[in-house]
Amino acid sequence: MSRVRIPPVLRDVVGGSRELVAHGATVAAVLDGLFADQPALRDRLTEDGRLSSFVNVYVNDTDIRHRQGLETKVSSEDVVILLPAMAGGCDEVRAHLSSR
Amino acid sequence: MTLSIPPAAPESTSADRGAFVPGFSGLSCRACGAEAKTGPSFVCSRCFGPLRATYDFATVAQHLTHETVARRPRTLWRYAELLPVERVPDDGLPVGCSPLVPAPRLAARLGLRQVWIKDDSRNPTLSFKDRVVAIAAARAREFGFHTLACASTGNLAASVAATAASMGLRAVVLVPADLEPAKVAQAVALGAHVIRVDAPYDAVNRLSLELTDELEGWAVLNVNLRPFYAEGSKTIAFEIAEQLGWRAPAVVVAPLASGSMYTKIAQGFEELSAVGLIERSATRYVGGQAGGCGPIAAAFAAGLDEITPVAEPVTIVRSLAIGSPADGVPALALARSSGGSVEGVSDAGVVAAVRLLAASEGILTETAGGVTLAALQRAIDHGVVGTDDEAVVVISGNGLKTLDVLAELPDQIIAPTFDAFEARWAALQGAGGAVR
Repeated sequence: MSRVRIPPVLRDVVGGSRELVAHGATVAAVLDGLFADQPALRDRLTEDGRLSSFVNVYVNDTDIRHRQGLETKVSSEDVVILLPAMAGGCDEVRAHLSSR
Repeated sequence: MTLSIPPAAPESTSADRGAFVPGFSGLSCRACGAEAKTGPSFVCSRCFGPLRATYDFATVAQHLTHETVARRPRTLWRYAELLPVERVPDDGLPVGCSPLVPAPRLAARLGLRQVWIKDDSRNPTLSFKDRVVAIAAARAREFGFHTLACASTGNLAASVAATAASMGLRAVVLVPADLEPAKVAQAVALGAHVIRVDAPYDAVNRLSLELTDELEGWAVLNVNLRPFYAEGSKTIAFEIAEQLGWRAPAVVVAPLASGSMYTKIAQGFEELSAVGLIERSATRYVGGQAGGCGPIAAAFAAGLDEITPVAEPVTIVRSLAIGSPADGVPALALARSSGGSVEGVSDAGVVAAVRLLAASEGILTETAGGVTLAALQRAIDHGVVGTDDEAVVVISGNGLKTLDVLAELPDQIIAPTFDAFEARWAALQGAGGAVR
């Protein structure tokens, strides 16, 4: 059973909880378990069954992209942290440039 | 002649200075397009995508003219119609309108027709960060925050500290513990509560994300005010265009950390063209990254569309040491679609470029500026920039902030006598012709 920390921007879909728990030996399994319990969270964070690119996932403060991604091992002592990936939003620039 | 923006014309009225018709039309999601309520939020409530500021360009085109801009005071608020605000604040620091300096000796050294230095180290806290903070802080106060906070690689910390002081607000800044001493000291001296964190910037940034919205009254400027914050960098483009007589240059060279400033400069020129203030341009955007933390440059060189984060940056260029750049993918796309490039530069190349700029034009830049100039040199070598090009090099911070890695004091100290001077001068002249 791992703890999953929920950021304020997602608490409205989990009844205000700051932290939830989920079973799983990997990040993918923990998130599957979490989403099974919290379908509204699944709707917010996944697209076509894949985790949104706008979400960053950390295990004990380490970005899973520096480990094994969604296959990163998780133990019952670990804390999984979900946070939004920040971006300024410049798609319109790309659209302009690619159209010329 | 340095191209500065002239003072407001004598006929300038109070209406010209403060009143304007806002072009800002709200926030919307970059991913799904859903509109969001204007407030301290940065994430779409529907799909979790990032929010961005949007504008009514038809309204802006109607109200923002060359003449209107010319009548206004010399701050970034002279372009208010294209900023995400409904009113211009009456306090804060006088930010923007930094000089565009011709660099003929540097151009000759590089073999280019024309080089300009956009010397953005000439902002109140000596870096371009004053631009993004000015916009975000104005909004933070409107939204009722009492504390301005941020995670910083150095320049942002000082800017948040000074801006908060100028608005009667509190500043709390989180910085990696290994930052340049001058940058930490600047923020401390300006009254910020500085929290040093034993981790690289990306971990400090993650911590700031965790704090966001947890602390009542705290605005984390580069997180929950990010849709407003990021827009400040556009004003670099607005000023360059105005200083060149309302046109865009062939090449703009800028440093890349998160990639935000680089992409926002391009957006700035695009918006000026959209509202009819400049002709549509085919500007190429060249970006520079430090080799020891160059995830965007590495992806560009490898022809990849995805960015692989750098876990442990190793570079003297701490202000660009962001291993997981938030706007890396748009920056990569911009470099490719504009015909520009993203260049990786060694630390030795950075120091050499800082010295070249200092010796040729008398401008002392921090290490990030060395990255920028060295990136231009590499872009010339790679054929991205040619001899007929006019290039504007954005110098984003002042060299006094990073003297620890750029300059060593002369180790010889002489007696105050003519003989001692003569001996020392002769020794210097004999040392490989170092003295001219």
